[in-house]
Amino acid sequence: MMPDLGKYAGDVLAAYGITILLLAGLIWRSLARSVKMKRLLKQAEERRTNG
Amino acid sequence: MASIWEWANPRKFMAWTDRALPLLSVLSACLFGAGLVWGFFFTPDDYRQGATVKIFYLHVPSAMMAINIWGMMLVTSLIWIVRRHHVSALAAKSAAAIGMTMTLIALITGAIWGKPMWGTYWEWDPRLTSFLILLLFYIGYMALWEAVENPDTAADLTSVLCLVGSVFALLSRYAVNFWNQGLHQGASLSLDAQENVADVYWYPALVAIAGFMLLFVTLVLLRTRTEIRARRLHALEMRERVQGQ
Repeated sequence: MMPDLGKYAGDVLAAYGITILLLAGLIWRSLARSVKMKRLLKQAEERRTNG
Repeated sequence: MASIWEWANPRKFMAWTDRALPLLSVLSACLFGAGLVWGFFFTPDDYRQGATVKIFYLHVPSAMMAINIWGMMLVTSLIWIVRRHHVSALAAKSAAAIGMTMTLIALITGAIWGKPMWGTYWEWDPRLTSFLILLLFYIGYMALWEAVENPDTAADLTSVLCLVGSVFALLSRYAVNFWNQGLHQGASLSLDAQENVADVYWYPALVAIAGFMLLFVTLVLLRTRTEIRARRLHALEMRERVQGQ
């Protein structure tokens, strides 16, 4: 299944690995901040409703 | 028909993106995965570049997105300047981190590709240099948003920075044509070219580009929703503080 990358295996795998790592980090940070902000806003709105 | 401004109303924006995001997430994951799997596993080696041609499916889409995201930020910044539309300013803010990541990916994959092909990771070539400056503009833009506490002032200042940075976004696209020198080749893919790369590389590249674009749309919508919530939270906290005095 794995293609034969020959002498360029290190270059190609490094390019794919770094790209996937960077994008995974970006997605994780976006989701984590979204969850955090949703929770904080819900708490603030509850405080406001309950006086 | 509803005007475009109505769709960008924060309440309406939250409602329609809430429905659209699950579908967009699945679509972007499928297209992004398909483009990279097709490019990595099912394309032949190039007769000159060997297996390094597989870096094409990362480098070209990320470089295209790096420039186009700045273009999107320019449009939304102009809308903010002209119409004072909060969602557009927040959309520009949300796009910056994605654009910076795309620029970083384009620079890193370009350097990795450059070493075996050009014999060097880096050269002060017009396109490479203008891309590095674009990366610095992205970082500066994000830093400026964080440095200014008042969100409207931050939106004003970052919009002006975005207008200035647009010169470098344009330069990074057309640097090869302007200076006609350096190591980097001209555009690999072009809609007006008679012939692009061979079909066996072209079709997976189109899928990868579509995947990168959809990933951007999904992330920018998600992050804009977060920024709208953050702004609302900021307003509520300010009100609490005033009432507590």
